[in-house]
Amino acid sequence: MNRAGFHRLCIVAGLLAAIEVLCRTGIVTPFAMPAPSRIVFDLFVLLRAGQLIAAVGKTLHDVAIAVVLSVVVGVATGVAIHRLRGLRRALEPLFATYYAIPVYAFYPLFIVLFGLGSTPQILIGFMLATIAVLTSTLSGLDRVPRVLLRTALAYRLSPLETARRITLPCAAPFLATGVKLAVSYAFIGVVGAEFIMSRDGLGYEINFSYNNFDNATMYPAILTILLLSTGANLALHRWERTLLQRRGR
Amino acid sequence: MRNGCMLIAVLLAGWQALFQFAGAHALSPPIDTMLFLAHLLGTGPFWVHLLETGRAFAVALALSIVLGLGIGLPLGLHKYAAEIAEPLLVSAYAVPKIVLYPIVLTIFGIGLPAKIAFGTIHGIVPVAIFAMAGVRQVSPVLLRTARAMRLSRTETLRCIVWPAALPEIFSGLRIGFSLSLIGTLLGEMFGSQQGLGYLLMHAIGLQNVPVIMAVTLLLTMFAATFSAMLLAWDRRLHR
Repeated sequence: MNRAGFHRLCIVAGLLAAIEVLCRTGIVTPFAMPAPSRIVFDLFVLLRAGQLIAAVGKTLHDVAIAVVLSVVVGVATGVAIHRLRGLRRALEPLFATYYAIPVYAFYPLFIVLFGLGSTPQILIGFMLATIAVLTSTLSGLDRVPRVLLRTALAYRLSPLETARRITLPCAAPFLATGVKLAVSYAFIGVVGAEFIMSRDGLGYEINFSYNNFDNATMYPAILTILLLSTGANLALHRWERTLLQRRGR
Repeated sequence: MRNGCMLIAVLLAGWQALFQFAGAHALSPPIDTMLFLAHLLGTGPFWVHLLETGRAFAVALALSIVLGLGIGLPLGLHKYAAEIAEPLLVSAYAVPKIVLYPIVLTIFGIGLPAKIAFGTIHGIVPVAIFAMAGVRQVSPVLLRTARAMRLSRTETLRCIVWPAALPEIFSGLRIGFSLSLIGTLLGEMFGSQQGLGYLLMHAIGLQNVPVIMAVTLLLTMFAATFSAMLLAWDRRLHR
């Protein structure tokens, strides 16, 4: 680990220690928030009892479907729109204002349309994630140098060959950013929707235990989501950096 | 402009088509929704909710901007601190902040402060990230020029760093605007007795489709209009 990473770890550990002290000395009551060490302990207890595992599985399953769908649809639409200039110009205002629209407001509509199963939650995650993938794909394709495409023409590469040898490697860092955003947004969408109204999943567990003043379940569930989303984000961040470095060489 | 109008026409047509397909129990058609929204805007109690949301959002946005810039700008000036903080900020951006809701409620209780806090934790991170990135990306040539001209530190900040980083900072404010609006609404959806978010959640509970649709339309129009204006301004700065 480099020096910055070490210092970052120190800061996080320091913050945790500060919260721990505040909780242990009674300044923050256990009724409001148990000490971090206690939360980790509760999490182990819950996991050993086999609770939360089903909720984690359900949430990850929905997030995974939302990510796969949004990457496939986002990249495919991005490639198609990149070719159709007029359509792209017409859609640009939509992309630009899209994230200002409170997507959760559509959630009740989806529940009416699709029932209270996983579908509305996956759809919310998908709606949040797709446009990020789409816009990343577009900016990735924009940055492919003309010279390389002309070289491909000169060498009479087939479209498939051009995509494999030129377009993909050039656009890869942007695609990676798109995938990273997709994972974050899918998490935010799915967990948020579960929280608002659903029958299972981590978001539901948190809301349910909150309504029952069950801190011994709620805080471990919150911790689980924090760990899952930061873990996924850090892993993808590393992957993105290796792609960028490879391009730099 | 022409593109925007065409896009709105297509979206309205799609909405009408979806209504034909899904039926009146799922959603109301565009014209009825607009008429109902106009009717709502003529009633007193609706304005109480609207003003409540407006107040919470305004304070949340102001706090997001002030605190976000307060975190982002100093970090951007200090290279090593930025290196330490960047992954932390990016992780904070990726966390589904809705799960922090119980904690926010425990601290602030039900009411206006909780909504404001919730809007602020959504908006503050993008403002900070973009401000930091903007200051970091100021071209070294400009900074060397400042040194060659023997500008003082304040002068360098005011005449070089701030204008050079402004487009990027503004992009952050634009995203912060959207996110703190969403955050404020989410805050209202749970621990609140007032505001558009509460109205929405209440209507969901009662399956009151016209209210859900009208409030959603109002929010979407508000967000889209402001966001389009900010975007136009943003484009001008980036040119």
